[in-house]
Amino acid sequence: MNHIVIIGNGISGVTLARHVRKLSNNRITIISAESDYFFSRTALMYVYMGHMKFEHTQPYENWFWKKNKIDLVNGFVEKVAPDSKKLTLKDGSTITYDKLVIATGSKPNKFGWPGQDLKGVQGLYSKQDLELLEKNAPNNAICNRAVIVGGGLIGIEMAEMLRSRKIPVTFLVREKSFWNGVLTEGESTMINEHILEHHIDLRLDTNLEEIISDENGRARAVVTDKGDIIECNVVGLTAGVTPNIDFLKESCIELGRGVKVNRFLETSAKDVYAIGDCAEQHEGIGSRRPIEAVWYTGRMMGEALAQTLCDNPREYNPGHWFNSAKFLDVEYQTYGWVFSERSKEDHEHHFHWRHPKEKICITIAYHKDTMKFLGINTFGIRMRHEVFDQWLTENKDVDHVMTYLKDANFDPEFYKLYEAEIVNKYNAAFNKNIRLEKKSWKRIFSKA
Amino acid sequence: MKVLQNIGIVIFLVGLSTFAALPLLGTFKVDKTIVQEIVSDNSIKSELFIQDLETKIQDKEFNGIQSLSPIIVSALANANATHRKNKEYKKVIYTKGRDMAGSIAKKSGVGFIAENKGLMWFLTFGLGIIGALLFIVPQVVLLGPKGIKNDGIYHQSSTNKGWIAWLVFIFLVSFYLVLYFRPEYATNWTYLVDPISESLSGNPAGHWFVYGFMYCIVMSVMAVRMYIKYRNNIYQVVRTTSVLFFQIVFAFLIPEIMVRLQMPYYDFKNAFPLDYDFFFQWNLKTLLDSGGIGIFILFWGIILTLVIVPVMVYFFGKRWYCSWVCGCGGLAETLGDPYRQHSDKSLFAWKVERWLIHGVLLFAVVMTGMTLYSFFSETGTVLGIKTQSVQNVYSLAVGSIFAGVIGTGFYPIFGNRVWCRFGCPLAAYLGFVQRFKSRFRITTNGGQCISCGNCSTYCEQGIDVRAYAQKGENIVRSSCVGCGVCSAVCPRGVLKLENGPEKGRINSKDVLLGNDVNLMDLVNKK
Repeated sequence: MNHIVIIGNGISGVTLARHVRKLSNNRITIISAESDYFFSRTALMYVYMGHMKFEHTQPYENWFWKKNKIDLVNGFVEKVAPDSKKLTLKDGSTITYDKLVIATGSKPNKFGWPGQDLKGVQGLYSKQDLELLEKNAPNNAICNRAVIVGGGLIGIEMAEMLRSRKIPVTFLVREKSFWNGVLTEGESTMINEHILEHHIDLRLDTNLEEIISDENGRARAVVTDKGDIIECNVVGLTAGVTPNIDFLKESCIELGRGVKVNRFLETSAKDVYAIGDCAEQHEGIGSRRPIEAVWYTGRMMGEALAQTLCDNPREYNPGHWFNSAKFLDVEYQTYGWVFSERSKEDHEHHFHWRHPKEKICITIAYHKDTMKFLGINTFGIRMRHEVFDQWLTENKDVDHVMTYLKDANFDPEFYKLYEAEIVNKYNAAFNKNIRLEKKSWKRIFSKA
Repeated sequence: MKVLQNIGIVIFLVGLSTFAALPLLGTFKVDKTIVQEIVSDNSIKSELFIQDLETKIQDKEFNGIQSLSPIIVSALANANATHRKNKEYKKVIYTKGRDMAGSIAKKSGVGFIAENKGLMWFLTFGLGIIGALLFIVPQVVLLGPKGIKNDGIYHQSSTNKGWIAWLVFIFLVSFYLVLYFRPEYATNWTYLVDPISESLSGNPAGHWFVYGFMYCIVMSVMAVRMYIKYRNNIYQVVRTTSVLFFQIVFAFLIPEIMVRLQMPYYDFKNAFPLDYDFFFQWNLKTLLDSGGIGIFILFWGIILTLVIVPVMVYFFGKRWYCSWVCGCGGLAETLGDPYRQHSDKSLFAWKVERWLIHGVLLFAVVMTGMTLYSFFSETGTVLGIKTQSVQNVYSLAVGSIFAGVIGTGFYPIFGNRVWCRFGCPLAAYLGFVQRFKSRFRITTNGGQCISCGNCSTYCEQGIDVRAYAQKGENIVRSSCVGCGVCSAVCPRGVLKLENGPEKGRINSKDVLLGNDVNLMDLVNKK
């Protein structure tokens, strides 16, 4: 029986612990300084917005951990000594392990902006960040305006949060259009429009120069590279995240931006592994980046490593890429790879359809020579994961996707369907004569 | 807009306060003809009681029912006690004291309230409706672009069990207590709706008519709120329209019109065992004495429960009844929507739920078995237990207290589906069908769940939806009423209510879609 110690109780560490428990009787300890119990990080925004209480973000009831013999330690690991297999916590206590798993996630990026450590300046990642925001911006009387710096997923979530309390928000985005390093032009344009619809003061192509302090060391205003001075009480720094691994600097474990791991998720130190946001592959797998700070990949690494730790060594070998997000009221899903104009290769072409009035659009990526289907981005239409996963596995071409598009729809019943309009546009654009097939349960569930 | 809303609140509160004050107001004058009518209508043979009426209330004026009712109640109790002591059983009056007080009061109302029914209707229902709509309609603008509108639910006193929620709780519970246990206090309310009742059934309104009318009004007004809140989600819009239609037409209008046509009062969608007294002796007798229509109702009631309900559940899940047709569900989905997040999601609550709801179903079935046995064998007891007593216990404990006082009164505290989740025997029956033989499921979309918990939080039935979704499993729980809100509030498009083949409907998974195909095969196919 091994003692498996996991640092970090996010989705990666907890998924790992659950799977190890299913497979073995190993002793399991999870250490976290952030919260006593696992919670869903992606749900923190809903606590601030009043959709849920913090306890609702905890997927397991508190008795779950004891019942499954998973020991929880509330503590901050300061030192890791792989030679003696020993951890030292901030309070001086030590924990020895047989196998150590580092699953410490990320922390918000700070790029050395003047004033970035003033009071009222914060990121949004942890439970503590949420509590801080509650203090910094409880309402629009105390926070007259917030400025958010960094146009990614957390940035737009933070803008949505603050708007839910009617706090005026200025949103500084470095790119010429929102998240256009990931989204295609048509999609990014649509989201720009939607951001404005929510009365968020969106400033594209604008960088932060400096955060100005008041006499109490609190943020008072920001200065942009356009020379604008924007008065505010809160500054949200949401320019991406970086692995949270400072405590490992003296541990002799090989580090890059994250903890370097091989395909078995092993670090350079024996019996030490890393998973989730903080793990960095020596080389990205397929088209993936070496560091994937995504909920789903954290979970998948946990699922895979559990096998390895329970005497069934397995590489981390993720399937087809998928992801999702929500931009204010617009849901976004992606299956396979759709790269933005800025990052795509020459062979990747796009077919784009957008609803004339609603905030609904899709983009399908295909290989220009073979017409092979590469991936889809869908906004405002829900699509079936299973169906696209199967099409990607079977290397279907775009004609096939168009013909059977109805099988992929996952919108609630009675929703207006747009497959006919999409296929019409496709037929016109490519001079084809694709006829939509009716939805078939048989095809949809052929893999279930 | 905000100003308009505040004006709305004030108007609404004026209407509500007037309504709440009515039971204790008003003047009642019992003249000689009323006493005579009461005596002949109820074929009262107790000279003691008649004498009491004549000396104690006849030709006197009473201010408020609270000064009249106790006299009648005690007079009736005394008369009955004396008759029982003297073994004069023919003189015993079987009408309950409070019902007697109610029918006397109904005839003897004088003064402003009884003489200005239209105006009083406007000052109560009218102001309530106008005020509520003034508050609700501006939300078209105030809520901003269409989408999920749950901002601030856990910050507001009304929806986060604050003092407003407790006031609503007290009001609702008191209302139901009056309705079930002090019906004579509802007399003034009945005056307000007399003109409406008379235009429908031809009869003056009783307190159940007040309840039925109010039910429709509350549902209609709160349906407007649903249409605005969920205008991004056509499933919710269609479903709300459906429950509203069945409430107004089937539960309210048709039974009243049937009475006008000399037919039995019957709600064609109210299926046994929710309609627990369908097989009670008095009902069977009424139906059998009503000719063709009575036989048809008897036949329909049996077919509804034995064939229509389960077959529909097979194809569509129990949602077709519980959140598309049923009146209890209809109120829960309109008036109760602001409270849906209060249902308890713990494993403990689920255990309690299973014992309670199946216990009630068993109770209903045993009681009905006894009832039918008694009916056909013409005995009053089964194995030494009085059928009537069992029926009385069920009517009081389940029919009134559980379904009414707790079921609706506790909306602001325990959530809007307490009755449907813990008590409704029909829901328990449909649940069996839904769980074991149905095409309905909530499909989980591959590996897209982020465990955020919106689905579980807003599940009115207290199902921990996330527990399934985060494992990639479909949700096939017997208690699911298919309201569709989990799917609506999901930020990642993970959940879809659908009817599909039974194969693959229950899909236990350990590793979710998106990971290594071989790993999924290994772990999921063991």
